[in-house]
This record gives sequence, structure tokens and C-alpha cells, in this order.
Amino acid sequence: MSDKQDAAEGGRMEERLYQNRYQVDEGRPHVKIHPQAEDSPELQALMAICPAGCYRPTENGRVEVVADGCMECGSCRIVCQETGEIEWAYPRGGYGILFKFG
Amino acid sequence: MSEHFDAIVVGAGPSGNACAYTMAKAGMNVLQIDRGEYPGSKNVQGAILYSDALERIIPDFRDSAPLERHVSELRFWMLSETSNTSASHRNDGFEDGKPDRYTILRAPFDKWFSKKVREAGAVLITETTVVDLVKNDKGKVIGVLTDREGGPIYADVVVLAEGVNGVVGQRAKLRPELKPQHVALAVKETHFFPEEVIRERFNLQGEDDGVVIEVLGSVTSGMVGTAFLYTNKESISIGVGCLLADFAKTKIPPYELLDRFKRHPAVVPLLRGGEMKEYVAHLIPEGGYDAIPNLTGDGWVIVGDAGQFVNAVHREGSNLAMTTGRLAGECLAELKAQGLAPTNDNLKLFRDRLGESFVMKDMKKYRKVPHLLEKNRQLFATYPRAINQVMQAYFRVDGMDKRSKEGIALRNVAKARGGWWSVATDLVKVARAWR
Ligand SMILES: Cc1cc2nc3c(=O)[nH]c(=O)nc-3n(C[C@H](O)[C@H](O)[C@H](O)COP(=O)(O)OP(=O)(O)OC[C@H]3O[C@@H](n4cnc5c(N)ncnc54)[C@H](O)[C@@H]3O)c2cc1C
Ligand code: SF4
Repeated sequence: MSDKQDAAEGGRMEERLYQNRYQVDEGRPHVKIHPQAEDSPELQALMAICPAGCYRPTENGRVEVVADGCMECGSCRIVCQETGEIEWAYPRGGYGILFKFG
Repeated sequence: MSEHFDAIVVGAGPSGNACAYTMAKAGMNVLQIDRGEYPGSKNVQGAILYSDALERIIPDFRDSAPLERHVSELRFWMLSETSNTSASHRNDGFEDGKPDRYTILRAPFDKWFSKKVREAGAVLITETTVVDLVKNDKGKVIGVLTDREGGPIYADVVVLAEGVNGVVGQRAKLRPELKPQHVALAVKETHFFPEEVIRERFNLQGEDDGVVIEVLGSVTSGMVGTAFLYTNKESISIGVGCLLADFAKTKIPPYELLDRFKRHPAVVPLLRGGEMKEYVAHLIPEGGYDAIPNLTGDGWVIVGDAGQFVNAVHREGSNLAMTTGRLAGECLAELKAQGLAPTNDNLKLFRDRLGESFVMKDMKKYRKVPHLLEKNRQLFATYPRAINQVMQAYFRVDGMDKRSKEGIALRNVAKARGGWWSVATDLVKVARAWR
């Protein structure tokens, strides 16, 4: 995927999430990656399939997660359960996504 | 909080609310805990509400529940990339004038249901996440730990109504982790319009009439899944969901799939000019009967999505959640009245009631469907495309006689599946799974 495409997609995701309400628990991310020697194919797939686009490539080609836009669906937790690369918990009570309509 | 409760209900979705309401009405001392700012703030549905399940809990719900439209028409679309073959069913004659299904928005609906639960006498604490269960030295569940200060909260029984992810049950080792082929990932957007626009676009007669459209075919790009488009009072809910395992394999971003659906020529005129006000994602349990975990143990019960209670074929989930919640509540109240402890043995009462109910009967009826769909993706791609080709050829006026057209059309269906034998086998498989 080219950088240009990446940027365009990042932009669209921001627009999509713009209307959503969040109460971000600053400094206490609820999704973390425990990097292993190499990123598993499962972890890499999350860059495409996380519905909030929280998983992105870093400059050195590894996968990173920024979960501010997370909708707490749990998909990443399930896809990577066997690789042990993801530490996942619900945000503290009251924090995270706040659906207005659901 | 060092108080002891008769029951703690984890979650204030339809299953937790049904259960807490039933127990509180029966005079039990109930604590309900939800991690959202308000009940519903974490919850997603299409959403069709089935009246029957709610009527059995709150018979006059129609007087106060935030209902969007009553569903007077069901449409089924089978899409190829550029065409659409559809069927519809319309019904204006409801029994006693009481519609059997409505569209709803879950956030306001869950808030309403939760108010009823509190009116019935249950205590609700929100903005609190249950992080683990507390067990005694014999392994019996005796309470919960939350992310609030103040230590554990104790109860005779803990009802896990925590939804599809079932994180608490897993952490306490009451149930296995979910598998990517047993859940669907769904994304959905809510687009707002003036009410008249919705009525005109969907040809709605009465003020509260509504249409729901269920969609199969090219929209899921060959993955096992469906799409939907539902009318609310002043908005349209549009979404698509496919097995998580299929997303992981194809690496198709779910929002791109939704965008493709929105760009389909059959959808474009329906969505024109609206304002998108929310984008959501949620999992749906689709593993069916064989994925149902153990539902009871000493001091605990699982209800709703946490127990995998979704009938994917009929798109029913919230009604199974309410029914399993109500049945658990009734059984726990009966045990309490008889002075019996909620042990796994005594909770046989709940397992039996569930077995006799439509919930387990339907889950059993479609037991083979998840397996069938997983192994036969052609049902989602090849047939919808072939059927659209047949319709196009059949209705094109091009000088060819109709009998020849029929011959070509049928041969095309067979060709799409590599021969009649495959078509016949597909039919047999579907029939078997439906039986
Ligand atoms: C896109 C989509 C469309 C659907 N369409 C339909 C439809 O049209 N009709 C239908 O009948 N069904 C439909 N369903 C299914 C339906 O939404 C579910 O079956 C139903 O919501 C299950 O109810 P529940 O109470 O078991 O779980 P949920 O509604 O998920 O509620 C779980 C509750 O538990 C709380 N919780 C979870 N963990 C914790 C914790 N650790 N501590 C405290 N609180 C916690 C959550 O905040 C939440 O309020 C759909 C689902 C989706 C995703
Ligand atoms: S829980 Fe869902 S939305 Fe959140 S990071 Fe994981 S996949 Fe993305």
C-alpha cells in the first residue's frame, strides 16, 4: 500500500469516527501489543480489519496500536488470542466509546 | 460496599435487564453492574425488536418504550455487483392491532429498559467494569470484583449477562475463549433524514410504518455474511457483517465493505442527502448450538449473547437474550422461594426450562447451519450472481424466444457451480441443515 493511499484512508477513518463520542482514559490504553521477534500474520491482518483503524504500520514496518478510536468490539483480542501479542481489557468503567444510537 | 445481595447481574443489555427485572419483581435483592456511562452506551443492534419476548416481561411496553417504526414490510435483496433481485412481504393486519416487531435504537431503548428495572427495585451501578469473579475455596462463585475501590461485592448468585465477548466468564475459567469462525464482525452507520423523506423513499403508508431490508450476495465479497438496511423514525441504519475468520483471511476492511454496499446502485438513491451521525462496530455470536458454553455452575448462570444465543438464520438475538434472561430470573426466584441454593445441581431447573423453550429448540434446529455456511461460501457469492444473471437474461427483450432463454439461464446456473451435480448437492446440504 502506498503512503498516499495510507494517508487518504487515515483521513477517511477520522471523518467516520468524528461523529462518535469517546471518553478517552488518558495515559491508560486498554489495548497493548507485546511485540515478538516478528509480527504474526494475525497481528498484521488487524491493520486491515480493525473496524476503527487502530492498528497501523510504524516506520520500521512493525505494527502499532493507538486505541483512542476503539469501539471495543473485541475482534483483535479474538484474532490474536493464540499469538499472545495483544493484551486487551475493557476500558475502566465509564471510559471509552459512548454510543448515542448504537 | 460490603452489602450482600441475592443476585448480582453483570451487564444491562436486554439479557441482563430481563433477568434483573424478573428477579426484582419477585422481591429479590438485586444489584446490576454495567461498564457504560449509561446502559446502552456500549451496545449495538440492527435493530429489530421482537415484541413477544418483551411482552412476556413488560406487557404494556408499547406505551412507554422508545420504538422507532413498526415493521410492516420485510424486503430481501439478492445483489450482484450491479443488479438486484428482490422479494418482499408486506403485512398490515396485525393481531389485535399489535405489531410483532419494531425497529429501535439500542442506546435509548436500553436506557428505557433499565429505568423499568430500577422501578422494579433493582440497584444499578454504571461506569463500573466487573474485572473478575470471587470464588470460595470450593470453587463456588460468591461475588464479583470491580475496577472501583471498595473490594469485592458478594451475592448468592452472579448472572453473567456480559455480552458476546464474555471476558469475565473467560477470566474466571467458566468458559472457553471465542473462535474467529464463531463470531461475525458487523459495522453499521446511522444516517439521518427528515421523516417525510424516509416515508417517501420507502413508500410507507402509515406514519409509523417501517421497512427492513435483509441483503445477501456480492455485498460480502464472497465472505459468509449479510447486510441490512432498516428504517427508523428519522434515520436509516445500514450495516454489514461477516465471519471474523473471513475478514482475517481476506483482509478486507469492514468499513470498505460497508462503503461498497453504500455505493451499490440499489442503495445510492435511498441514502442520498442524509447526514451520517454514528459509525459503530460490534461482534455477533454465530457459532450456533455447538458453540454454547456451559451455562450454569455453583453460584453462576450465563444468559444472552454471552451464552452464544443468536439465531443467525432469522437474525434473532435480542429476543433470545431477553428470554434466557427472563427464564434465569424466574428459576433463581423459584429456588430462592423454596430456600434452595443456586448450585449447579439446583440450576438444572434453568437448563430444563431453557431446553423446553423455543430458544433451545431453534438453536438445535439450525445446529448444522454455521458449519454448512463455513464450508459452502458459494451460497453467498455464486448463487446470488447467477440468479441476477438469469433475471437479466430473462427480462432482456432482444429477439430471442423465451424457451431458449430459459434453457440458457438454467445452464448458466449449473455452469456457475461447475455442473448440475454441484447444484443438486448444494440443495441437499441446505435442506438437511434446515430440517
Ligand atoms: C449489528 C448487529 C445487528 C443486530 N441485529 C439484531 C436484530 O435486528 N434483532 C435482534 O433481535 N438481535 C440483533 N442483534 C443481536 C443483539 O444485539 C444481541 O443478541 C443482544 O444485544 C444480546 O443482548 P445481551 O444483553 O446478551 O448483550 P449486550 O447487549 O451486549 O449487553 C451486554 C452488557 O454488559 C455490559 N458489560 C459487558 N462486560 C461488562 C463488565 N465486565 N462489567 C460491567 N458491564 C459489562 C455491557 O456494557 C452491556 O451493556 C444484532 C447484533 C449486532 C451486533
Ligand atoms: S477492539 Fe475492535 S475496534 Fe478496538 S482495537 Fe480491537 S479490533 Fe479495533
